[in-house]
Order: sequence, then structure tokens, then C-alpha cells
Amino acid sequence: MTVIETPTRITTPSVVDGVGASATRPDGVPKVDGSFIYSSDEYHDGSLWGVTLRSPHPRARILAIDTSQAEGIDGVRCVLTHRDVPGSKTYGMKVYDEPVLAFDEVRYQGEPVAVVAASHPEIARRACELIVVDYEELVPNTDPEMSLTGRVDGLFGGGLARHVRIRHGDVGAARALADVVVEGRYEMGTQDPAFLGPESGLAVPLGDGGVELYVSCQNLHLDQQQVADCLGLPLDKVRLVLSGVGGAFGGKEDLNVHIHACMLALRTGRPVRMVYSREESFFGHVHRHPAIADIELGATRDGRLLFTKVRLVLDGGAYTSTSQVVIANGCYFAAGAYDVANVEIDGFATYTNNPPCGAMRGFGAVQSCYAIESAMDRLAAALEMHPLELRMRNAIGEGDMLPTGQPVDGPAPVQEILAYLRDLPLPAGVDHGTADMRARPGGVGNVTRGEGIRRGVGYALGMKAIGFSGGMDDTCTARVTVWIRDGEPVAEVYCAGPELGQGVVTLEAQIARTELGVRTVELRDKDTDIAESGASSASRQSWMTAGAVAGACGLVRDEILARGARALGRPAGELTLDGPEIRDPAGHPLVPVAEVLGPEAVSHAFTYRHRPTEPVDDERGQGNAHVAFAYAAHRAVVDVDVELGLVKVVEMATAQDVGKAMNPAGVEGQIEGGTVQGLGLAVMEELQITDGRVRNPSFTDYLIPTMLDVPPMPMKIFEFPHPDSPYGLNGVGEPPNLSSTPAILNALRDATGLELPRAPVRPSDLITEPPDGRAEPE
Amino acid sequence: MLRPSSWRGAMLLRSQYPDASPICGGTDLMVDINFGRARPATLLDLTSVEDIDSWELIDDGRTVRIGAGMSYTRIIDELSGLCPALAQAARTIGSPQIRNRGTVAGNLATASPAGDSHPVLLACWAQVEAESVRGLRLIDIDDFFVGPKRSALEPDELIRAVRVPAATGPQQFAKVGPRNAMVIATVSFALNLDTATPRVGTGIGSAGPTPLRARAAEQMLQDSLDDRWDAPGSVDEDVGRQFGALVAEAASPIDDVRGSAEYRRHALAVLGRRCLSWALQDLGEGEVAA
Amino acid sequence: MRVNVTVNGVAHSVDHVWALESLLDFLRERVGLRGTKNACEQGECGSCSVYVDGVLVCSCLVAAVQVEGRSVVTVEGLDSGGGMHPVQQAFLDAGAVQCGFCTPGMVVAAHCLLADNPDPDDLTVREELSGNLCRCTGYQKILDAVHLAAERTGAAP
Repeated sequence: MTVIETPTRITTPSVVDGVGASATRPDGVPKVDGSFIYSSDEYHDGSLWGVTLRSPHPRARILAIDTSQAEGIDGVRCVLTHRDVPGSKTYGMKVYDEPVLAFDEVRYQGEPVAVVAASHPEIARRACELIVVDYEELVPNTDPEMSLTGRVDGLFGGGLARHVRIRHGDVGAARALADVVVEGRYEMGTQDPAFLGPESGLAVPLGDGGVELYVSCQNLHLDQQQVADCLGLPLDKVRLVLSGVGGAFGGKEDLNVHIHACMLALRTGRPVRMVYSREESFFGHVHRHPAIADIELGATRDGRLLFTKVRLVLDGGAYTSTSQVVIANGCYFAAGAYDVANVEIDGFATYTNNPPCGAMRGFGAVQSCYAIESAMDRLAAALEMHPLELRMRNAIGEGDMLPTGQPVDGPAPVQEILAYLRDLPLPAGVDHGTADMRARPGGVGNVTRGEGIRRGVGYALGMKAIGFSGGMDDTCTARVTVWIRDGEPVAEVYCAGPELGQGVVTLEAQIARTELGVRTVELRDKDTDIAESGASSASRQSWMTAGAVAGACGLVRDEILARGARALGRPAGELTLDGPEIRDPAGHPLVPVAEVLGPEAVSHAFTYRHRPTEPVDDERGQGNAHVAFAYAAHRAVVDVDVELGLVKVVEMATAQDVGKAMNPAGVEGQIEGGTVQGLGLAVMEELQITDGRVRNPSFTDYLIPTMLDVPPMPMKIFEFPHPDSPYGLNGVGEPPNLSSTPAILNALRDATGLELPRAPVRPSDLITEPPDGRAEPE
Repeated sequence: MLRPSSWRGAMLLRSQYPDASPICGGTDLMVDINFGRARPATLLDLTSVEDIDSWELIDDGRTVRIGAGMSYTRIIDELSGLCPALAQAARTIGSPQIRNRGTVAGNLATASPAGDSHPVLLACWAQVEAESVRGLRLIDIDDFFVGPKRSALEPDELIRAVRVPAATGPQQFAKVGPRNAMVIATVSFALNLDTATPRVGTGIGSAGPTPLRARAAEQMLQDSLDDRWDAPGSVDEDVGRQFGALVAEAASPIDDVRGSAEYRRHALAVLGRRCLSWALQDLGEGEVAA
Repeated sequence: MRVNVTVNGVAHSVDHVWALESLLDFLRERVGLRGTKNACEQGECGSCSVYVDGVLVCSCLVAAVQVEGRSVVTVEGLDSGGGMHPVQQAFLDAGAVQCGFCTPGMVVAAHCLLADNPDPDDLTVREELSGNLCRCTGYQKILDAVHLAAERTGAAP
């Protein structure tokens, strides 16, 4: 295979800022000048403020709730509890098990118990403090290993949300043939999406008893369904409009302010705004599941993997959210991007009284990639083989079979990806005696002038499915309309696929320019008036939206050409559309589109479907569950101060196959951003939870990387066109988030010689030297 | 809202409105207000008080008097020669935005054990000017911190200035945190070799209920230097190890979200040893500040 | 109480300001300038960065009543001509914007950095902007944007 450096299909090559160009964002100007409206900026005359009262306890029985004092405050318009929920008392993405407002029992710290609407947020906050909730505190169940028994009182399913089994080949027989077997346990703490734009929205009551909700979310239609069910309203009385989303990363797939704001608006008859504070936000969305993985690998002396055995436990916390799907995805890729014939995987998602966990960028595959890539380095050490060499010997390729029995189809250029990292020169060492302290571990803290610094290099490879798997087949609909303005054709694209920052709106405009040759593309607000687009998740939205928009553009183009054909009396097949002109095959203009269309608009909707998938079976986890696969790898270079345990990540090199770089700058931005979220998870990001209580719900103590923590990120983007996708593109967003964390862990292991069984690594984990500076004898 | 324009006015208002919270940079108080942890009856805004946002040399040029309203940014820009450890500590505080507003006096008034100025002020034997309508008093920094987030300030007092002896020899400040910038100290350490007296000053941050002085370490180093202040090269490496160990021993840290007690002690031993070796190197090279 | 303040060159006199209200809330809710963002309200993220009397601050940590008689410049006022300031244009061109929630604060902080230091090196940009968190971009394109703006404003050699 060769690296494809040129676009695969361009209908009108002359087009500016079409597919394949680094077009700037259509929302870029308002985002840099401050005029872009995020959900926290939504405003309506006469609007009230909604505030949530949350449980201070991880587990307690609710004996009584007294709202009378709160209701008596000047400026308070209403106080609502579970009794006021008009429809379903519970909601959820997969299972309706999460109370809109708690009744009978609270199951995690921060669970919503009551909501208040008032004229000023401070009045609402004070009113919340006056709501008297009589709790009987119960001992929280916080140990996922206990939950695995499925017999814990007070937890759904006795604590077990799902057990996923994958059985492929014969691990027992393979073990007997293995020259080398390594075992290890790898743990991962709880990561928070920590998007900057807080959960927020504006609910506006409508005269007909319905409600309109302006909100930041990842799936308008799934949210609409849940909101309508809980409000007891038909779908057509609940209209959702996507407001500006300040990042999501999975954390806005579940509902947050939605139902509460609507309930308050409907009760008061006034528009209601809700905006979470940063502290509340840490309790207001799901986190990445903390994980415990036990992995056993067996290989021949020459480094050929014979078997992989994995036990993966993900703690989903109090409610289901997407836990059953996250554990499935974690299991699908728990054996990594390797060709291994004998695999046994057992994955468990648990319930506890810890904070609920759900979707976050990578969706279970982050945890399993971290584990398997850590195990691969352990195996390489046991084999005395270079870790990159071990990976290249076992890398999966097109036609190889996954542990789920599905053959890998579509490009699988793992060798090429790894070869880039192998051949890329390592960054120069730093003379720490003279270097700027900002280039050293500890940064501006001024903690070393070179003392204790060791360098390490680490590699990791990741693989993940793109799109929804396991028979969850979905659709995406777009409508494209073309009309004439000032003699020029203008295209409008209308599609509900949420823009979270990833740039799907940029692609919508690029595709319309490419397919229709138009210069001006307008994007309609995203709402529930059009058919669904599915979630902006699973790295699927570019693929799905591209399919829908390109399909709708095609229908519009065909109609314009058909009209042109009628006007010209020539077969439509001889005509091409190039922006303002209809041309003949030689490119000569025949008739302006303006003349053909006149005052009429041409408008078509198109619903795109990816190829069907199927669920895996319960017994052996076999089935063709996936639409497509994407691959990325990282090489991390770190400097570690082994006396203080502080880290400077020196460089993060990465390579990824994206099928087709629809917007190269956008692709780079996704890869850089995903890499840095993985860096955070490697060395600093953890929501610390003790006995069900979050100890660091603030940006003071939940640390995400600053600009000074981030290194240069050389990268290679491969474009092996995917045969099934629009333009050959592949999903981009999640793969860089997979291999980043284990590459850094492996580099830290290389630098320190320590096992480092847990991510994120804390400074105290990295100390190899006694404090007196006298290194242990080697 | 109380907004005096003169220092005298500030003190009068302070005594008249004991429930008012003084605010200058706001970098501590506003966080508590925004998070609903503090709802002071009113604010006593000191940002319009004249003549408190600058520094001067007093005491025949031996002491820097830093006004209560002087920002960390200006300390970095203007005092890195006279107060190098304080300037280094200031550089590690928050972001440029925070350093543009935050002040040493505000750091003192909050009296957090994690305040980054405090170890330096201890190491330099600073004095706090506390003033009320009853008069001005000088509080030795060793008497200032009386408990976690509690200081010796009386309810009617305001900090007018901080007096920091100008450096006469090498000074060091080092701070450990899991991020390379914008981080609250897991632990911090300051060292001051005062060649004029001569004597050794130390300060420890984030490793006890208050900022701490490592007295035994100071004494040990002072004894070791004895008559060798001019020839620090002859100081044995063991002295550095012993010094680090004594710094660690002086701490009484706890386990919290930012680190374990054990890690804090370990890191202090390392910081103590390293800071001393850098200071001795500077001393040997005659790199005496100011 | 009443607060008199000049925001982006326009004098405002606002009544009924809550005594403990932050400048951030004041700008967003009273003046109606919502470009200044509310992401952490504790000075850790820089999304609310504005100038007060020419000094870069986190507006969440300034009490609104403290700006009485002062001059505030927000992201909306960076370019007095009403168009885009070169720093804003550079952010757009360099692809430094994804969700954009950090962008207004980042742009104001970068504007301040370049005013003080017209041609900063990488480490200086990284240190000076370390108080502005971004969760989407990984910062590389923000670094590029700052250098691009420096180059375009002609300060770079």
C-alpha cells in the first residue's frame, strides 16, 4: 500500500475551501470576536434562573423533603421535587434508571434532589440552602470487586451491570505452547471530560403547553425523547435547539439541565436559564470509568503472540448511563491492534455508589488500550525485545481476524504507522545544567538543575471501532437547499449533527462547496425539526454527516441538471454543475444556474446509513459488530526527575490513518487535542473519590494540562481511503486519545525501571532514589 | 461597599465595619464568594487606597518595604535583585492574570499553609506591618501564622506593608507540584544565606498546619558553615544530606488530594539538599544579590 | 448599588449591582457582553480574561464594585475599528479554535502577551499563556497562532 497524499474524489477541482482544504470554521469569526452564543450565553427577556439542590451523601434514604422555607423567599418562583415530575420519573440513554429528581434514595454524591427557579441565581442558591431534606445516611457501596458478585443490596442488578464474554480460539492449548508468559494488573483512575463550557441551557415555555430548549448536547433527538418522556409531553411539544457547545468529549451525551430547566419553565410560565458552576459540573456529568485490568499474554521466544487473556472491570457508578456499551467496546479492543488467534476476554461493568460513569472520548477502549499496551511492554521486556519490534511483529493487518471473529476489512496500515515512529529521529537531549527551567521537569517550580533527571522513550498502538457497533445501526439526515441570491447560487445545509468544537459544521460547508461548486454556503441552526443525525460520538459524525450532506447535494445537483437539461434540450448526463454555471463536458458554460432556477429553490433531504452491523453473541462474543476501524500510535519521550517524581513530556510523536483528511488543519487539531487529553490522563488527571465522595471537584485540584505541560507533537497523517465511507474518510477524534496515555506510561517505565501499575502516575509513584541523593547501587 | 482612598480612611472603616471583608486582588476571597463559601456583609476595597502599591528601601537600604497593594507581577519585575527568592516564588503563583492582582499582603491575610510567599518571608525573617486605628505594630513573621488559615492579625487590623530584609547572599525558592505551571504547591521550600549577619534562614510551605521554619536545619548549617562562609566549597556533601533530612523532619505534613505526607517529607529532603547545593555554589561564585 | 465604568470605551452606569457580584457576571449579565466566558470562576482557566485599566486580569476574581471609575476592555473591544484584531485573525487562520470556549480569554491574554513581548519564543508563550486552559486543541495551534500574529504585526525579525 502507498500513502495517498491527494484527494480521492473532487467533483469540482476548482472549488475553494472544498473537501480536503484546511478551510476555516464557519463559526470561527464569532468564536474569536466573542459574539458566538454558547448555551451559557442564552438569554431571554424576563428569564428566571434555575439552580439544583444536590445530595451531599453518596448514599442515603430520603425520609422527607420540606421546601416551605425556600418557597417563602422573596424572588423565588417555584421549588420542585420528584413529586413534580410530570411524566417518567426516570431517564437514561440506554435504561431509564436515573431519577429526574431523587425519590426514596440518593445513590451518589451530587444526585439532584430539588430545583429552584428565582429571579437571581444567588436568591435561588440561598433558597436551595433552605430546602430541608431529611436523609438517613446509608453505608455506600464503593468497591467494584464486591459489586461483581451481583449480590450487593441496594445496587441495581446486585451491582453487576453487564458481563461481556469473548472467546476465540483455545487459550489453554496456546498457553501450553508459549515460551514466555507474562501477567500483570493495570489500573486506571477516573478521568473527567473537563470541557470548559459548563452544562447550561435556556428553556422557553410555549403557548401551546410545549417547551423549547436551547441546550448544549451531543444528540438532540435522543435528548428530545428523554425530555418529552419525563415531561409527559408528545415529541412534537418538545423542541430542542443546539446552542453553542463548549466541548463535550462524551460528557454531554447524558442529560444535564434539560428536564429541570423545562420543568421550571413550564411550571412558572417563564423562560428559565440554568448554568452549572465548575464545582457543580464535576457532579453534573458522567466521567470516564475507572478500570482494573488483569492481562496475561503468551508468546513464542521470537515474539509471536499466542494468546491474550483479559479480565476488565469498569466501575459505572450509581446509574447505567452507557456502561453496558462502554464495557463491550472496552472488551472488543482489549487484545489491542494485534493478530492473535487465541483470546479470552471477560469484561464487567459494575454499579456502585460512586459517581456515574459513561461515555468519554475512546469509550472503554482508552482503558483497554492502556492495559494491553502496558502488557505488551512487559512482554517485550520478558522477551528482551524492543517494544516497537514486538508490536510490528504482531500488528494486525487487513484480513486478520479480530477476537470477535470479524475479519478486519478496510485499510489497516499499522505497519506504516509504526514504521513512521521507528524512523523518526529522537529529540535531542537537554543540557539541564544550562537549560531554561521551563524545559525541565517541575517547570517554573525551579526544582532541578539537572539533578535526578532520566530520559525515557515509550510506544503504544491503539485501535478502535468507528461508528456505533453491535447492531446499533443508525442514520443521519441532511437537507440541502439551493436558491439564487444576487444572481449567485447559495446553498443551505441543514443537519442536526451536533457541533461540539470538532468542526462538523466546517465539513458541511466544505462538502456543499465541493459537490455544488457554490461559493456561499449557509448553515442552518441545528434542531429537532429535521430527522435525526445520531450522536456526535464514536468518531462517527464526520462520516455520517458527510454521507448525508453529500447525498442531499447529489439530489439537488441532479435536479438542477435535470432542469438545465430541459431548458437546453440536452441530456442531463452531458451536463456538469460548477457553481453559477451549467457546463458541457468540455467545460464550456451553457447556461447560468440563476437562469435555470429563477426564483425557485431546489431542496432535497437525504438519509445516510452505514453498512449494517450485528450484535455479538452472549456466550462467545462473536459477530460482525463493527462498521470500521481506525488506528493510531504514539511515541512518547519524557524526562523524569526520579528524586521528586516530576515529569516533563519532551515530545509526543504520533501517526494515524484518517482515510481522507477532509480538513487537514482540523484533523491535526483533533489529533493534538486527543493526544493532550491522553497526556493529562497519564500524569495528572484524576477525580479522586473516597468512600463515594469526590475530593477534588475544582480546577484547582483536578488538573488538566496547561500549555507549558504540552510538548511539540510531530505527526504523520496517512490517508488510506476507506472503501465504505464518503470520500474515503475515517473517524479521527478518538484514536489519538487511546495510545497517548500508555505511550507516556511506557516511557516513564523506560526512564525509571518501575512497573507503574496505575494511571495517572503520581509524583510519589515515580521516585526511584532515596532523598539523600545517594542512588542505590546498581 | 466600602472604598477608602486613603490608608487612614481604610483603618477607620475597618474598625467601624468589622463584618466587612477586606479585598484587594480578590484572588482568594472571590473564589470563596463564587463558590458560595463566603458571603461577607460587605467588601472593604483597598484597590483605591493611595500609596500602598509600591515599595521602598528603609533601614539604610537594608530592608525592602513592600506595600500591601503591590502585585506579584511588580515584585517579579522590580525586586528580583533585592528579593530574589520572593521574586522566584511570585513567578510560581498562578498565572499572569493572578500575579497581576494578587499581593503578598493578601497571601498573608489568608495565611494558607500553601501560600507561596510564606516560606520566603520566613527564610528572610520578614516583618508584617499590621495597623489599626489603635496604632501600628510590627509582627515578626515567626509570630504571624498561628494556625491553618489563621494569623495574628486582630479583627480591626489591616496589613499595610511587609518588610523583607534585602538579600545579602544567595537565596533559593523551589516548589513541587504535579503540573509544570499554574499549580498549588504540594510542598515548597525557601533558603536564605544571609552573609551579612551571617545566618541561615529557611521556610517550608504546604507541609504543616502553618508555614514552618526548619530550625534544626538552620542551626546545623550555621554550625557547619561557621567560619567557612567565604569558602563554602569546603562544605562536605554530607552536610547537604543532613540539611535535607532536617528540613524534612521539621515538617508535619498530612495526606491530602495534593500528595501524601510521606511524599511531602521526601520531596522536602530533596528540595533542601538541592537548594543548599545551588546556594553554596552561588556563594562560592560570589553571586551575592544586590 | 451603582457602578460607573467604561467598557470598551463606552461609559456605563449600572444600578442594583449585587455587592458580591464578580466583574465577570457584571459584564455578562448587566452590560450584556457575553464574550467573556465563565468556565471555572476561580481564576484557574483564564476564560474570563479582560483588561482592567490596561492590566490583564481574571474578571471572575474582581468584584464588580472594584471597577468603579475604571476602564475595562473585553474581547469585544480588542479592535477599536470594529473589525478583527490581528491576534483574532491569526487564531482563526491557524485553526486555533475548536469549541472556542477558551478562545476569547486566550485571545485577550495573547493580545496582552504580544503587547509586552512582540516576539516571544515558544517557552515564553507557553509560560505566559499557562493560565489559559484549553481542552480541545492541545495548544499547538494556539502556539502557532501567537507566532503568526507576532509575524503579521511585523515585530518578528
